Amino acid sequence: MSESATSTAKKRPEFRNINAFKDLPTYRLPFAGLVSILHRISGAIMFFLMPFIIWMFDTSISSEISFAKFASAFNVGMLGLPGVLWKLIALALIWAYLHHFIAGLRHLWMDTHHDAVSKEFGKSSAVFTLAASIGLTLILGAKLFGLY
Amino acid sequence: MSVNYGSKRIAVGAHYGLRDWLAQRVTAALMALFTVVLLARVILTKGPIGYDQWAGVFSAQWMKALTFTVIIALLYHVWVGMRDIWLDYIKSVGLRLTLHVFTIVWLLACAGWGIQVLWRF
Repeated sequence: MSESATSTAKKRPEFRNINAFKDLPTYRLPFAGLVSILHRISGAIMFFLMPFIIWMFDTSISSEISFAKFASAFNVGMLGLPGVLWKLIALALIWAYLHHFIAGLRHLWMDTHHDAVSKEFGKSSAVFTLAASIGLTLILGAKLFGLY
Repeated sequence: MSVNYGSKRIAVGAHYGLRDWLAQRVTAALMALFTVVLLARVILTKGPIGYDQWAGVFSAQWMKALTFTVIIALLYHVWVGMRDIWLDYIKSVGLRLTLHVFTIVWLLACAGWGIQVLWRF
């Protein structure tokens, strides 16, 4: 290691063994990095809510009586929790699926088109992913909460 | 290359290979295709969607078979994804193994339930 070469250069912040509480709040993630961590978080959300997803599939499709039970969970409530809360959980799943889906297509595109693996496309496609997933979540959320 | 056999063999990890990486992408493509098929069938349904219309979407045998395949694809896809998360953030081997086992049990239970629902109605 040459001491003289590094001592004259401007001291840049070094991140080694990033501390979740000390470093993450000040770490400015680029859009592509934001899409990446949200891809992971959205996947984990769907993993942990998987029993709820299958419960929705089960009750919505098994019989007309269970279908009514499915609908009332969101309209009236279930397990002592109000319907609005169940709608919010469903909305979280809608966002998670949309983000994971679009970010996944972005990955598949970059895997098959190596000219797309550039700084510019990485950023523009990340911005598109965020805008499309949040936009569609708002549109479907408005439908879910009966705004139209 | 460093020694990777005998007592020095790495017995845990992501297997550092192409197989799971490729499997995650192939299963993703299949699930994306399923999403498009499901959306198209729902959108092409005439009138408001009640129980009859919704159950009708899954009533054909080909749709059940496709959904079954997608559940299996999902199983593999989520296993690779969750395993990567545990490998990245959990350093304790004991806790990691516990979480891996939990993930497998969780996924198999969910898949079994989903498949049962699919052919029951």
